[in-house]
Amino acid sequence: MADKPAIDIELKAPKGDWRDARVEFRKGTFSNASPPKDLVHLGLPNPRKWQPTDLDWQLPPDWKRILLEGMKDRLARYRSFRLFMDVCVRCGACADKCHFYLGSGDPKNMPFARAELIRSVYRRYFTLSGRLFGSLAGARELTEDVVKEWFYYFYQCTECRRCSIYCPFGIDTAEITMIVRELLSLIGVSTHWITEPAGNCYRVGNHLGIAPHAFKDSLEFARDELRDITGLDIEIPINRKGAEVLFVMPSADYFATPHYYTLLGYMMLFHEIGLDFTVSAYASEGGNFGLFHSNDLMKRLNAKIYAEAKRLGVKWILGGECGHMWRVLHQYMDTMNGPADFLEMPVSPVTGTRFENAASTKMVHVCEFTADLLYHGKIKLDPSRNDEYVVTYHDSCNPARGMGLLEEPRYVLRRACNHFHEMPAKTIREYTFCCGSGAGLGNDENMEMRLRGGFPRANAVRHVREEHGVNLLACICAIDKATLPTLMDYWVPGVQVAGVHELLGNALVMTGEKQRATNLRGEPLAKEEVHA
Amino acid sequence: MKALLAAAAVIALALAGASAGAIPGGTVAVTVVLPYVAFLTLAAGIAWRVWQWAASPVPYRIPTTCGQQRSLAWIRTAPIDNPDTGIMAAIRVAIEALTFRSLLRNSRSHVSAGRLEFSEARLLWLASLALHWSLLVILLRHLRFVLQPTPFFVPPLDALDGFLRIGAPPLLITDVLLVAALLYLLGRRLANPLLRYMSLLTDYFALLLLLGIALSGMAMRYAAPVDLVSVKQLALALAAFHPVVPLAPSALLLVHLLLVSTLAIYLPFSKLAHFGGVFLSPTRNLANNSRRVRHINPWNRPVPTHTYAEWEAEYADKMKLAGLPVDGTDHGG
Ligand code: SF4
Ligand code: SF4
Repeated sequence: MADKPAIDIELKAPKGDWRDARVEFRKGTFSNASPPKDLVHLGLPNPRKWQPTDLDWQLPPDWKRILLEGMKDRLARYRSFRLFMDVCVRCGACADKCHFYLGSGDPKNMPFARAELIRSVYRRYFTLSGRLFGSLAGARELTEDVVKEWFYYFYQCTECRRCSIYCPFGIDTAEITMIVRELLSLIGVSTHWITEPAGNCYRVGNHLGIAPHAFKDSLEFARDELRDITGLDIEIPINRKGAEVLFVMPSADYFATPHYYTLLGYMMLFHEIGLDFTVSAYASEGGNFGLFHSNDLMKRLNAKIYAEAKRLGVKWILGGECGHMWRVLHQYMDTMNGPADFLEMPVSPVTGTRFENAASTKMVHVCEFTADLLYHGKIKLDPSRNDEYVVTYHDSCNPARGMGLLEEPRYVLRRACNHFHEMPAKTIREYTFCCGSGAGLGNDENMEMRLRGGFPRANAVRHVREEHGVNLLACICAIDKATLPTLMDYWVPGVQVAGVHELLGNALVMTGEKQRATNLRGEPLAKEEVHA
Repeated sequence: MKALLAAAAVIALALAGASAGAIPGGTVAVTVVLPYVAFLTLAAGIAWRVWQWAASPVPYRIPTTCGQQRSLAWIRTAPIDNPDTGIMAAIRVAIEALTFRSLLRNSRSHVSAGRLEFSEARLLWLASLALHWSLLVILLRHLRFVLQPTPFFVPPLDALDGFLRIGAPPLLITDVLLVAALLYLLGRRLANPLLRYMSLLTDYFALLLLLGIALSGMAMRYAAPVDLVSVKQLALALAAFHPVVPLAPSALLLVHLLLVSTLAIYLPFSKLAHFGGVFLSPTRNLANNSRRVRHINPWNRPVPTHTYAEWEAEYADKMKLAGLPVDGTDHGG
């Protein structure tokens, strides 16, 4: 693209000493600071006007005490943190596994280097050898420069966990990043792209702050569109008490493209099988930017889902396509806001399958739900309606490495599309490369770093584009859908991005539907459609 | 520079050991006092370390999953890489501990002509495995010095270890493997620019200390054999808490003892205590069943929330206009 800077990818031998904390906040490689109103909305400390490029960050006078006490407190509360501070042997197995290192060539983006930025401070203040031998033992003073460096590099980690799978001790830099971001939030250092949607989600219900009546409008709009495409009247119930299932999706599904086509796909499916469900305007956000900020904020936002399920009196909860949302739902929700003893074991009303894997949390992933329908032959697909697409699948980090949801979406895709090709083995499934924009980094001001971080993923897509003519990258993540199109335009022009349930919706043969003239994007179908 | 400093430290320690015999009280210090201090520090240090880790809570169930989850009955799962039960998680940890499985995944990335390419990189895995298994065998072999009678498995282990039958006394494979692995790890640390950039003095120190121990030990076997009977007497006496100061111990023995004691004292306070990571890491030793079985966070605490009633109070009028249902319980309406 002519208007974008050329990005050279180069891995050079590092120079200098990593303990030198000074960073240059280069335009395009960092996110803007949270404005005071964000922090006020959420009741977070030290609201003020500032930017990372400022010389003076206006930290509270006792910032150092706050950080060190915060560390002490978290060392006592998280075995992960204490252990990961202690056991790294600097073997370097994780070094070149991070997409930000591969894309930026900045050695401090190697996962063990990133961790060392706080580990050095841990040594200085919390270990005997660090107190005694100082820099000889790899210890570093906590200075304002270190705070700035933490901000720069811990907001250059997408919490993707790829480094963790290569580490002999499973050291998960994502976990360290989560804790450092939480520490920084104690002194009012956070980013607008995270605190604004979190604040909106808290007060209004979703990231963009779409109020309930406007939420209804968006869904009505989808209903109209579905009528045009299928000829059927597909109702989307809101806040309906007594429904069997509460459906929670990332809000981008109803306000952004290409997410929107995925929403159409879900709704067609639910209509076709006659699912007794409702969506909620109060819990109208599955995503949880609190995960990228602090434990407490994650819990505050997540609390709405169970509260709403209880109020509406549903039996169980179904969740849409979103990566980080599922990290929270799968690994945190039940522990934080459970027990969900007011709900019942999720059972598919169509196939009778009991989702034992969600017996406690009572929340099922829509890909699990759909794969089960397909396996039991309960829905009919015409994959030829997707024939214009040569599809590959991007595993989002969280469903892959925080859950293991690998086969379900592939099962749906293989049924819904005739042309499906995997990317190289070292870049998919548990080895998947991040989109480079997750964990709250997907803003425009951070564009250069996003494109760099997304380079390894794009590189693998380019491979299958050249090999098989792939023109569509399927995924099950709202952040992916928002950011992969930009990434593709830059590195692999000609590849579109779609949700799995968009392709399912295209292929779904519906009772009483009119002959389809277009796909869900409103593009004419490639050939005469004969199966309907 | 860091490597040189670390080497200087190890050499200084070795020299101290070598000259201990000549200094009054030196022999006692190195053969009696230091071993006890070292042993106590090691035992107490490790106990303290493990207690510190084990006592800290695991608020969330956060395994990193490396394969298919268990969801629908007909989907093939990866029971070890994505364990669904505690037993499978234990197997995952055991395989990691015994075979260093994660290091086996390793690959190297290159960028050439704007493309990212991967190549195999198994040497780190091989060297780590050789290092740790050799150390274990060598440690077991040393039991012949502190236990009387010699444990039954030691002689066959010795025989197996020396099966190459090169030289007399026969060259032991573990000795060769240990030194080769240490040299590789050291060379790699120095030659790989990324590692050199990140390595701390202590990283070199740990490798060089082990190398010093290995070389001094091997010298006593192959180059300047020491009187094994007197070594065993010394060790047995120490183990029985009736220490006997040897009359004229070989300088090599003193070097070896001093370096081993240093290692024992240093170990609990250094990255060498990394074994804890293998067994206790919550990303590895937990089952991925957090949706099936509720995990309890011992410090789970209440947080402020924005309740439905508060939310509805703000939007009720607009909701009614839009035809959305309202509860209308907590406000005037
Ligand atoms: S792989 Fe693990 S032990 Fe090795 S350097 Fe990375 S974090 Fe440290
Ligand atoms: S979690 Fe992902 S982004 Fe963060 S350091 Fe590891 S590989 Fe890099």
